[in-house]
Amino acid sequence: MTGTVAAPRRFQHRPIPEYVGIIVVIALVITSIANTAPPLDNLQRGLARLVSPSGFLAQMFPPDLSRVDRIAWKLLETLQMAVAGAALGLVFAFPFAILATDRLSPHPVVKIIARGLIAFFRTVPDLVWAIFFIIVVGLGPAAGVLALMIDKIGFAGRFFAEAMEEADTGPQDALRAIGASRMGIIFSAVVPACLPSFTATSLFALEKSVRGSAALGLVGAGGIGVDLKVAFDLFNYDEALTIILMMLILVVAVEQGSNWIRAKLI
Amino acid sequence: MNALHVAGTTMAGSTPVGPVLQVSGLVKSYGGPTILQGVSFTAFAGVSLAVIGANGSGKSTLLKCLIRLIDPTSGRIEMLGHDVGALSDRALRRFRSRVGVVWQKHNLVPRISALSNVLHGVQSRMSGPQSWWQWAAPEPVRAEAMACLARVGVADKALQRVDSLSGGQQQRVAIARMLMQRPQIVLADEPDASLDPQSGEDVMRLLSDLARQDGLTLIVISHRLEHTMEFSDRIIGLSNGHIALDVATAKADPVKLRRFFDTPIAGAP
Repeated sequence: MTGTVAAPRRFQHRPIPEYVGIIVVIALVITSIANTAPPLDNLQRGLARLVSPSGFLAQMFPPDLSRVDRIAWKLLETLQMAVAGAALGLVFAFPFAILATDRLSPHPVVKIIARGLIAFFRTVPDLVWAIFFIIVVGLGPAAGVLALMIDKIGFAGRFFAEAMEEADTGPQDALRAIGASRMGIIFSAVVPACLPSFTATSLFALEKSVRGSAALGLVGAGGIGVDLKVAFDLFNYDEALTIILMMLILVVAVEQGSNWIRAKLI
Repeated sequence: MNALHVAGTTMAGSTPVGPVLQVSGLVKSYGGPTILQGVSFTAFAGVSLAVIGANGSGKSTLLKCLIRLIDPTSGRIEMLGHDVGALSDRALRRFRSRVGVVWQKHNLVPRISALSNVLHGVQSRMSGPQSWWQWAAPEPVRAEAMACLARVGVADKALQRVDSLSGGQQQRVAIARMLMQRPQIVLADEPDASLDPQSGEDVMRLLSDLARQDGLTLIVISHRLEHTMEFSDRIIGLSNGHIALDVATAKADPVKLRRFFDTPIAGAP
């Protein structure tokens, strides 16, 4: 080999706008923390209260198991809300996703409207949807199911549409050349190709739905969240801990179950 | 192929048969380059027509224009008695159902069975779930799909996932799907290109035999000279978007055909 080659400079000169951008981001982070973080003395007092002998943590332990059976029934209702909301959301997400997909949408305007609705459903938090549906159908699990359904249309609609956009177009073109109808192409070529992705998205939607359904009760939309709120309001922290632990078991069980199904099916 | 081409008509046996395809002044341009520059030719019923040309000569574009998978810029295509350019969307779907297409990449739907893929061919004349999945199909349709698989020699693979089959077997399934259409004319876009030499020859022979048995017109793009010489009645050569050659295969000189292929022929002078 001939002589050594000089290593390049460690840092390259960047354009001025890049430096400005970096400074703006750093300033945003610092001001955000400064304006919202708790004062240190408050944090210190709060932590001391939390761990004191008569404090919050001490009152939580041991968890109160006297009402486990009632909590279990409410947990079942929460799971049913999650399953119903996810199932309805997935069913409605599918046509929305078709309308939002470039090659499958009947018209560009329809595609834009479908994409806009999916983005809107996804952007508004499910707690806000829950409050909206409580006004429409009243307190209880029905409002929760509807909130979860809308949230899942936004979530699954986006991922279903992305999967359909990415599907190999060859088989679709082959069926189009045969003279197949739009529905024929969708169900014969697109759906089989997207099935692994659809399955993964559906299972993630169920997991998301289970986590969401536990919180919806906080605003009165049914499920275990109502009991958690009441337990906190009445300072029954030992019962609240029982509810939190049982919710944790449910969420972990659903996640493990969906991981197992994903591994088997995909 | 046994049809005899005589002055604008063809004699298939003793019955005179007119042209099934007439292309006149076909032009296709993508704004900048003009891919097809006034292509004209005629194909007669029951005849096997090979289209040859180097990469980029416009062969695949021509084939796609014939069934309006690509809309031509100008020119006229008459196929099976239709002015293809004037067909409405609905009429175009009905027209396409009579034209079988075999692709270079088989374009089968992965993850589902060979039988379901063949069954999709029936979507040319039937719609709804019964034409989407083999388990939902009426018994006569399933039987016809099985018969098509049997004709191409892969009936024993009917319920296997199509993506678990070899390249040659997949191309046979694609041909079975084409047969399921009950087409009158078959367009084949380099059906042997992505296969090993033996599988490629087997597929070309199968396609040629099936076309002969069913009296189908076969228009095949070929990139192998030996297949062109063996499996066609007539050859047209495309060069820079023009038809630079139109000759009966029996009278074609393989040496003169070389310039239409990208790779030299083994053993040729």
